[in-house]
Amino acid sequence: MREIFNYFKSIFFALKSLWTGMKVTGAYFFKPWKIVTQQYPENRKKLKMYERTKGELVMPHNDKNEHQCTACGICQINCPNGTIEVKSVTVETADGKKKKALNKYIYNLGMCTFCGLCVKTCPSDAIVFSNKFEHAVFNKEKLVKTLNKEGSTLKKGAE
Amino acid sequence: MAEEIIIPEADNQEISINMGPQHPSTHGVLRLVLSLKGEMVQKVEPHCGYIHRGIEKMTESMTYQQIIHLTDRLDYLSAHMNNAAVCLAVEKALDIEVPERVKVIRTIMDELARIASHQLWWCSFGMDLGGLTCFFYGLRDREKILDIFEETTGSRLIQSFYCPGGLMADLNPNFQKKVKDFIVYFRKILPEYDELLSGNIIMMERAKGIGKMSKEDAISYGMTGPSGRGSGFSCDVRKHHPYHAYDKVKFNEVLRTEGDTYSRYMVRIDEMRESMNIIEQLIDNIPAGDFAVKMKPIIKLPEGEYYQRVEAARGEFGVYIISKGEKNPYRMKFRSPNFCNLSALDTLTRGHKIADLVAIGGSLDYVIPDIDR
Ligand code: SF4
Ligand code: SF4
Repeated sequence: MREIFNYFKSIFFALKSLWTGMKVTGAYFFKPWKIVTQQYPENRKKLKMYERTKGELVMPHNDKNEHQCTACGICQINCPNGTIEVKSVTVETADGKKKKALNKYIYNLGMCTFCGLCVKTCPSDAIVFSNKFEHAVFNKEKLVKTLNKEGSTLKKGAE
Repeated sequence: MAEEIIIPEADNQEISINMGPQHPSTHGVLRLVLSLKGEMVQKVEPHCGYIHRGIEKMTESMTYQQIIHLTDRLDYLSAHMNNAAVCLAVEKALDIEVPERVKVIRTIMDELARIASHQLWWCSFGMDLGGLTCFFYGLRDREKILDIFEETTGSRLIQSFYCPGGLMADLNPNFQKKVKDFIVYFRKILPEYDELLSGNIIMMERAKGIGKMSKEDAISYGMTGPSGRGSGFSCDVRKHHPYHAYDKVKFNEVLRTEGDTYSRYMVRIDEMRESMNIIEQLIDNIPAGDFAVKMKPIIKLPEGEYYQRVEAARGEFGVYIISKGEKNPYRMKFRSPNFCNLSALDTLTRGHKIADLVAIGGSLDYVIPDIDR
């Protein structure tokens, strides 16, 4: 008698526990406005990333096509993966002194692990992270980028 | 001629089969060689190394600042805690006292990471048992934590937010409000987890009494974290060797004595509550001050050996550094919790069915990159 009672009791508890779970899922079924899924490629226009999001490394230029990089190479030394290559040329300033100037700032996005050490250690704040995160390309050569723009010069007073 | 075919007696023949390396329930590239008698598991032999990257060797050619970003990639779900272990070891070696603000922020970040990690574990544990619903519910809530991380640290998963001497950046102004909102939200939503899975009859039948581990065995295998505490082994580093601001907050070490899959499950669910308690105590009184102490650009540790342990989401994570006074460590060793927990898998699963192996593996919650390093 007791066994039969326990048997039915266990069936009752099993059904009850299943019902509890179904209640949660059922509640969301009837409250579709509570669903938080983002329709990603469709909402691309409205998508807003956070200001600090590490998308890729960029070198901001002002409207006179000037950057702030002095080609000191500190970022290159600090990068753990050899992602950055700073190519400099020696130029002669107006008063006859020899100085290093940036020729090419090569950044290999495919090797970057987004540790943030380059941005943190740069003494002139010449590089920042942008929010662009859609990096898919068809061949990996396209991931090697030159960050300084064509014909750009060092900003006055940033030496 | 049909009579001549000899059907082997399945009960007496042991067959060995491979589970993994590409198997969804091993949560990564782990290969288990199973010896089976029928459906009963006789022996489990884990074969690791499929995602070995040689991180310990790589650290020997990197400076201490650079090493931080590698530790993220061990147990990527407790990236903050792994970073903290290296930072604390370096700070201990150099005898640096970090500002109070750093300690509190680190504590909050660690606990947020712990909640996020346990949420993901809950998702995948439910999925291992065949409940796909859990996966979506857990990820929905984890998303909120990842948003908080992204706003302050810039990354969602592998943040590299700590550096020797403090933090990489100060908190985002929205941080406090967002964390508070999250706590309010998650306190409401956590009972939903219990309704969906903890009290579910299918889950209880599959988890209760499965994969028992006694306290003695747990200690001798070195099982730490929620897996060890599920067997009654009091091993919470936050309690026994406080670091960060853990000595200033009140929280309980969640302990259960049954030692089965269900108790390991419940320990993690309760730990999420404890983590919320810790965050609540700290979030309103983050002291003002600097977010980092000024460090030399090149850190050289004095000659000697240093060890620091922290409580990662899966157990005790340790960093052992041998320094010869150079800017790179001479040798660095990571004590990863998952490796020790995995070693207990054989004992846990002996005599159980294959389906139980999946449940037990899920309750151990291993992350393969942490095992292989
Ligand atoms: S980006 Fe900054 S650290 Fe790198 S070379 Fe230019 S100035 Fe130096
Ligand atoms: S974020 Fe790190 S890996 Fe990437 S370029 Fe900067 S230093 Fe190198």
